[in-house]
Amino acid sequence: MNPAFQALLVIAVGVGGCVGYFYLSNLFLDKVLFPARGPQAGRNINRANAVRPWLFLFPALALLCLYLAYPVFATFWLSLHGKDGSFVGTGNYTAMFQEPKFGESLRNNMLWLVVVPAAATGFGLLAAQLTDRIKWGNIAKSLIFMPMAISFVGASVIFKLVYDSRDAAVAQIGLLNALWLKFEGGIWSVLFLRVLPAVLVGGLLLAVLWGGWLLLRPVLDARRQEKPLIKAARVLGGLVALVIAFELGVWLLGVFTNVLPYGRPQAWLQIPFWNSFFLMAVLIWIQTGFAMVILSAALRGVPEDTIEAAILDGANPFQIFFKVKVPQIMGTIVVVWTTITITVLKVFDIVLAMTNGQWETQVLANYMYDKLFRSLDWGMGSAAAMVIMALVTPILIWNVWNARKEMR
Amino acid sequence: MDNIAGKKPALLWAVHISVVALVLLWVVPTFGLLVSSFRTGDQIVSSGWWQALTTQETQQAAVRIAGTEAEKDGAFVIEGNLFPAKGVEISHWGTSSREPEAFAPGETAPLNDGMTLTVQADGAFVLTSPVTTKDMRLPRVFSTASSPPEFTTRNYTNVISSPLAGQSIGQAFINTLTVSIPATIIPILVAAFAAYALAWMEFPGRALLVAFVVGLLVVPLQLALIPLLQFHNWIGIGKGYLGIWMAHTGFGLPLAIYLLRNYMVGLPRDIIENAKVDGATDFQIFVKIILPLSFPALASFAIFQFLWTWNDLLVALVFLGTGNDQQVLTGNLVNLMGSRGGDWEILSASAFVSIAVPLVVFFSMQRFLVRGLLAGSVK
Repeated sequence: MNPAFQALLVIAVGVGGCVGYFYLSNLFLDKVLFPARGPQAGRNINRANAVRPWLFLFPALALLCLYLAYPVFATFWLSLHGKDGSFVGTGNYTAMFQEPKFGESLRNNMLWLVVVPAAATGFGLLAAQLTDRIKWGNIAKSLIFMPMAISFVGASVIFKLVYDSRDAAVAQIGLLNALWLKFEGGIWSVLFLRVLPAVLVGGLLLAVLWGGWLLLRPVLDARRQEKPLIKAARVLGGLVALVIAFELGVWLLGVFTNVLPYGRPQAWLQIPFWNSFFLMAVLIWIQTGFAMVILSAALRGVPEDTIEAAILDGANPFQIFFKVKVPQIMGTIVVVWTTITITVLKVFDIVLAMTNGQWETQVLANYMYDKLFRSLDWGMGSAAAMVIMALVTPILIWNVWNARKEMR
Repeated sequence: MDNIAGKKPALLWAVHISVVALVLLWVVPTFGLLVSSFRTGDQIVSSGWWQALTTQETQQAAVRIAGTEAEKDGAFVIEGNLFPAKGVEISHWGTSSREPEAFAPGETAPLNDGMTLTVQADGAFVLTSPVTTKDMRLPRVFSTASSPPEFTTRNYTNVISSPLAGQSIGQAFINTLTVSIPATIIPILVAAFAAYALAWMEFPGRALLVAFVVGLLVVPLQLALIPLLQFHNWIGIGKGYLGIWMAHTGFGLPLAIYLLRNYMVGLPRDIIENAKVDGATDFQIFVKIILPLSFPALASFAIFQFLWTWNDLLVALVFLGTGNDQQVLTGNLVNLMGSRGGDWEILSASAFVSIAVPLVVFFSMQRFLVRGLLAGSVK
């Protein structure tokens, strides 16, 4: 049977089946099982109304349980079994943690988790704030939002052309290398490749330090009473900020001291460590539009009077943005950040299409795919999947917590 | 708040320039691939796409003169064309690698042993020799060709009709449609009923179910691959369209229920209660009131799900067979990147065939998409 015809049939059967199920089951409930007439009419109506929600929910719940809830447990169960199906307990996990490729994936994933949400949210906030102020902002927005519609694989092709590298003797067709070859060590090179990165990294360093200080300050303030759990979280956040700041300091030093290979075309995707950043750029490019759209709506929701009050008090545009607007949309920023974090954890297509984990770019999702479908080691692959699940769990709990709060 | 920037023209200019820079940064990569997809393979590799509109001077590979000689007026003559296949415009040529641009087209170069060589702009050459050239090593010709800008739609006709990575893109296009349309429509219906129950029906455990759905929103579908593949094999549908439709339905449901419930909760209570007082059953309320009123939310989820199923690679790799009649566009593109990684004329055209439909959907229904995003995330 032709698949296209089969698809039409499935649409017809699916839609007809759904409508038929809901219609007939309701009819059955009202007319046959608990008819609203006779001596027990009142009781029957109540009974029917108690059953009805479950009729509406049944198909969705069955699919959810089968396709999302059950696999969590089944995968956990599989992860305790070896390649031949024998029970190995935590054997897969210990074997995996000793594998260098897994360590590499975990390290890269951590890097992705820090860089991509931060950069996408940052760019999104910037784009939202800037485009809200100009007349052609909507066109600009829709162009920045466009990559959302492009598949990860399509985006990989697009960026593979940007990163393309050829022998120095022939013309470069990759935009990045063509730009790179323009730099020869003169004044412009110093300006663009030393001063500009130094300003960016330095600014980021100060921002991280400032954020860490904001987190830590209430702990040092003896007058403030806070729960020990929140205190611990603040200290942990401060420490993370300190570590990142230290790393950024090392980079800042590197910006001035490293020797740049001018005049030689670079194979960007084969430079260990930095190639991960070139892959991340693809995801940042895709996700920024998402962050921008949501943050832009949030920015518009900021009450006018708070801004007017700030203007009357003589605040400049930067103060209005950072001290009035950003604190008021903090909740939305957190939501955007976590949503992008979840996407990052699942990222697989970009790495598969561009490097397939070579040159030290492996990430967890691709590592898992490798184990499952290339080594056909379902135990190890499931263990890797459970690690992804473990990384998602804090967000899951936080989401459920918020949803419960909202329901009350 | 707009007037803050308005008061300071310098700042307003800075805003304009920054936005232009941002937009360029975001558009240029895609635009580069789009331009490349309309250039010929030779042009793509000989110059960057940003030079597509200028005439390129490129050094051609050296060609050794060859051909059958004919005797004419007491001299031995070989005639032919340096580049019989391609239409090239030669701007300079020469016979030694030290001076590859010594002669202009139409000029005659004196060679050793009294031979002369004339090369025309289109590559046609005439070699004249007083003695027979048999057993002689004929000269090599170095040439610089100027290729004028050239655009073609042949890349597209090529990739759509001819099989490149096991199958043609045209077939993959149909396969992708076959996957994504049922996988978009079915979950909407299933989710709409569930969302109505969660939004407007009173029953014990409702809050718990909502929390359950919210929790499932973030469960990575990676976990589901092996158990579901086992399950599909066990019930006997194995790998194929039926399996992927069900998988996409299952994976899309949490978002669908969540989005639709959020929207339906916001519908006016009066309408629904009035209808109940008038004796409408829940089923009638749902079909006649809730569904039409929820159209914006339904549309926004439909767009999401369509983009997601169209662009998906992982689910298709796992749940579809590897046969040619089941490969989708993304899978095809990944295969092409592996096997024809350097053939940009093929890659770029294939990539654009695969992103054309989502882009059209995106630009025509952007409003619904934005509304859906906001309903899903801000609440």
